[in-house]
Amino acid sequence: MGRAPASLATLSDDFFRDRSGDDCLSNDGLFCADWAIRNLERYVDPTLEHALLVLVAVVAGFGIAFGLALLAHRKKWLAPPFLAATGILYTIPSISFFFLLLPLTGRGALTAIIALTAFSLQIIFRNVSTGLANVPLDVREAARGMGMTERQAMWRVEVPLALPEIIAGLRVATVSTVALATLAVFANGGGLGSEIVVGSNITFKTGIIMAGSIAILMALLFDGLLILTGRLLSPWERAAL
Amino acid sequence: MTVPPLAFLGLFGQAWEFVFDGRQAEIGTVRVGGPEQVLDLATTQLEVTLLALGVALLIALPAGVALGHFGRGEFLAVSVGNAGRALPELALIALMAAAIGVGMINLVVALAILGIPPILTNAYVGIRQVDDSVVEAARGMGMGNLAIAGRIELPLAVPTVMGGIRTAAINIVATATIAPLAGILTLGDFILARNVYGDAGVLAGAILVALMALTFEGVLAGLQWKLTPRSLRDGRVS
Amino acid sequence: MPTGTPLALTRVSGTTAERGEDPGSGAASLAYLKASKRYPGAESDAVHELDLDVPAGEICVLVGPSGCGKTTAMRMANRTVEITSGDIEIGGRSVLDRNPSELRREIGYVIQQIGLFPHRTVDQNIATVPRLLDWEEDRIAARTTELLELIGLDPAYGDRYPAQLSGGQQQRIGVARALAVDPPLMLMDEPFGAIDPINRTRLQDEFLRLQERIGKTVLFVTHDVDEAIKMGDRIAVLREGGELAQYATPAELLARPADDFVRDFVGTDRALKRLALIPVSEVELAEPVTVRAGESPAEVMPRIATGSAPHPLLIDDAGRPLGWLDSGQLETGPVPSSAPTPPEPVIETSSTLRDALSALLQAGVSQAPVVDGSGRLAGVISVSAISGFLSAGEDIDLEIPAAARPRG
Repeated sequence: MGRAPASLATLSDDFFRDRSGDDCLSNDGLFCADWAIRNLERYVDPTLEHALLVLVAVVAGFGIAFGLALLAHRKKWLAPPFLAATGILYTIPSISFFFLLLPLTGRGALTAIIALTAFSLQIIFRNVSTGLANVPLDVREAARGMGMTERQAMWRVEVPLALPEIIAGLRVATVSTVALATLAVFANGGGLGSEIVVGSNITFKTGIIMAGSIAILMALLFDGLLILTGRLLSPWERAAL
Repeated sequence: MTVPPLAFLGLFGQAWEFVFDGRQAEIGTVRVGGPEQVLDLATTQLEVTLLALGVALLIALPAGVALGHFGRGEFLAVSVGNAGRALPELALIALMAAAIGVGMINLVVALAILGIPPILTNAYVGIRQVDDSVVEAARGMGMGNLAIAGRIELPLAVPTVMGGIRTAAINIVATATIAPLAGILTLGDFILARNVYGDAGVLAGAILVALMALTFEGVLAGLQWKLTPRSLRDGRVS
Repeated sequence: MPTGTPLALTRVSGTTAERGEDPGSGAASLAYLKASKRYPGAESDAVHELDLDVPAGEICVLVGPSGCGKTTAMRMANRTVEITSGDIEIGGRSVLDRNPSELRREIGYVIQQIGLFPHRTVDQNIATVPRLLDWEEDRIAARTTELLELIGLDPAYGDRYPAQLSGGQQQRIGVARALAVDPPLMLMDEPFGAIDPINRTRLQDEFLRLQERIGKTVLFVTHDVDEAIKMGDRIAVLREGGELAQYATPAELLARPADDFVRDFVGTDRALKRLALIPVSEVELAEPVTVRAGESPAEVMPRIATGSAPHPLLIDDAGRPLGWLDSGQLETGPVPSSAPTPPEPVIETSSTLRDALSALLQAGVSQAPVVDGSGRLAGVISVSAISGFLSAGEDIDLEIPAAARPRG
């Protein structure tokens, strides 16, 4: 049946540069706080790598998906094929994506980023489309009737009003991408995943908990920042009531 | 390094062989790959996915529908959804294996945990969004809570609810791929154990996993189409 | 004429100046020249060869049943609906002559649901077209303040968002926004339709007051014939299929409906509606016999003998009516200082004939004294005088602009 995952013993000694909290470690405790506190700095690089992966992927994903949604808004017939295409990219598991890209981009951060970007496309596309579609008809009519060109109406009226929905989509995309980026380790892309799967070892519970917790915190942080940005950019939503 | 385009084709060719013929393993003289092994691993992945999805549905669907019907627990439903999205699957699987141990049951539980949030949240939102006046009318005709939920609200909420189920399914299939880390061998093993299966195996695994995920999604999409009441069918961004 | 010339300049050399009106009034004439609209694949025209002339500075109301094409016809003027055949001229210049977006920036546009931009403040909403035309900030700020004052809103409201305002306030801001660049033409599609009746009347009156000050050319669409009669200098009644059934002033429409359709549409109380348009001052009032306190029978009796009114009216030194007397009383002694029958109802010259008739009927009297603004007697009005006025059709030639008509 299964191959037992490598045991703690296989982790080399120099993994544990600092053997403080020795008892906890040798007893294979669930969470060795002492060790964690003294070794915080080993998580700095992976965290930064992770954040970078997420940021690049979300920004790229937003850029592409937003453009697609604008196109589909102008030419309705583009919506179903775009939806289908982004849907396929969303459905394919990232891990599989990494290795489908293998012959093209090999291993590394780029592969991870491409896969993560592809994943975020559908979410953002959907939300931008819905946001634009939800702009009230009378507002659109007033804008055109007063003499705005299509482009002016789009950027001065429709996009700002679609902002809340767009931000909502970005939030979902970002949080999901933070969680997903832990898999980047399998594409040699770095990130917090490398502290979960150390080499081929996944038994160091403290490490797993640390890395996982940092990822969750990062997700919450980005989510909060997006909420704030949304509030800043839409003062009229707060004014009502 | 070989010229990428040719190697590209070559690798795909090798992957094809891997699936249908099997090949020599990288280590030792065992033959790996081939239809039986592929089927075996695929079946395991499918079993695990279906079991986990089933458990998640059993728990999350009634809960979500109930909360939505009575209009309670919005904070819970939404927070569970957000939290679920933020949970790194890799950490969950790894921790489960390391802390609790390997085994089918543990795996199914972990996967079910991943599937619950989207189903719960979407069921809640979908039911809540059903027009109040429709529910009022049904109540006025003498329908009880269960009848209203089952015969009125749920059918009208199909797109949203199924959306949640499809998301859950995608999450579970994707995570089942890395189940080999927890000792249960699924198609992901081809991807993760390159030292055994070689690059050809890795690519083959990637393709097979993608196909499985797409097929699953396709089936669910078809199911959604069938379940959506005719009148709601057109004009949705779904 | 160079294509970049804005409409405003065109009007100076066009109809308005020819008619001797002040070019600074900022209004252009509007003409539909057999304009039609047929949607692709439709069996019949939505608007069929509409042909009418709206002189500068007048309010023309397009009215008709639902689906008659009135809104479509209005929207052809700013090309939000494209003309299929025929033409429309504003200030003598075809609307097809220029780019639609440019055209629209010079036409005020008010729609039923207003369409204020929720994400912009009141000030920013009003500043929309000025910004599109690249006005300087100071000019925009000054104009915004001016407009808020014009519509009766405290400039402090400028920083609010539409969601923070009442429906009536939003409507007024919609109008202000349309007036921002002082366009020579305004298009208004059921602008007061979504408001409750009380506020609707108020808004209508306010708009007419505004029109008195600014005198724009307005094309106004409504399905409510009473609103049409109140607001219009001219009314165009459209029947289904976008055909013009009648184009006339309100008085003429009410007195001489062109056919059964128009007659039905206008309603069976046409006569009363006509009366609502005319102030009492326009009618020739009867002269009663007036007497003052203390006058002797010798002074009074000759007047009674030659007068046509049956009862003398007692007035005070200022000429205000105090009451009706019986002529029999006056034969024997001097005129008393008070009268047995009170003068009520006393009707002002500024009231409508309809209100006058209503007062007469309510009190059950056949005639009543009419006073001017200071309370002095101007004459006497009677039910028969009013109906005589109607049947003679004297109101038809009166042509009182909507903005100057008596208001409730």
